[in-house]
Amino acid sequence: MIQAIAFYLFAAVVVISAALTISSRNPVHSVMWLILAFFNGAGLMVLVGAEFIAMLLVIVYVGAVAVLFLFVVMMLDIEVAEVRAGVARYFGFGLLIAAALFAEIVFYAYGAVGTGSLQLAQRVAPINNAVPNINAIGQLLYTRYIFIFEAAGLVLLVAMIGAIVLTHRERGGTRYQNISRQNARRPEDATRNTQPTVGQGVQL
Amino acid sequence: MIGLTHYLVVAAILFTMGVLGIFLNRKNLIVILMAIELILLAVNLNLVAFAGFLHDLVGQVFAMFVLTVAAGEAAIGLAILVIYFRGRGTIAVDDVNRMKG
Repeated sequence: MIQAIAFYLFAAVVVISAALTISSRNPVHSVMWLILAFFNGAGLMVLVGAEFIAMLLVIVYVGAVAVLFLFVVMMLDIEVAEVRAGVARYFGFGLLIAAALFAEIVFYAYGAVGTGSLQLAQRVAPINNAVPNINAIGQLLYTRYIFIFEAAGLVLLVAMIGAIVLTHRERGGTRYQNISRQNARRPEDATRNTQPTVGQGVQL
Repeated sequence: MIGLTHYLVVAAILFTMGVLGIFLNRKNLIVILMAIELILLAVNLNLVAFAGFLHDLVGQVFAMFVLTVAAGEAAIGLAILVIYFRGRGTIAVDDVNRMKG
């Protein structure tokens, strides 16, 4: 009973906040609604017993990706009125495409149900309820899927290098410290001893 | 009782909403990227729901890889967005025709 209430609560909030994410006037508000949607999606995942993925969703999305979005939204100076200009024009067409897509998903889901039950005996990695979720995922991830795991790390590395290379900008006219030139400089190059007579200045 | 179908319906609605968001926000590339994140959330929800109800852990492992790729995609997408804005001063997708594709 409590599970059902929690499910409907999370599901309602995730759908509403997704709708507000795509329809908010201000991109900052969109990011906030996106964060709410991810929190509630994580709640839905906890309900089916995927605690680790739920925590990962909160940490990675709310902690990193949403903050990245927030940084970019606040860094770029976007005019809200200009950004909202095309919504009315594309609303009908977009709704048509979305409705067609939803109908297709429902249609094929029904088709998949109609083909009969799934072969539950052929599970790849059956869930053992005695082992905690994170423990089981770790055992699977570091043994059978170790190479895919490494590949995922490589994907993140490439993404990081790519983002840095793309956004890095050499500024012209900036004066940098030239350490080797500093070290090569000697006192006799930089200073000069003079003995000016009284009443005369020094020629620089 | 809550079954697999409930989760599939929520994920389908979320997925559709993400696609709708791509069409609605033609002038705002940031919200399009957020809509893509919503689509990936729907996919993850599907994977985790199937994993939970079929008692197979592989779905959760796969959801983790989807999460990894989504994070990388967001980083690269936002980097491209930033350099595009730097050059053009706008983020409207309609005007993206630099490569004459």
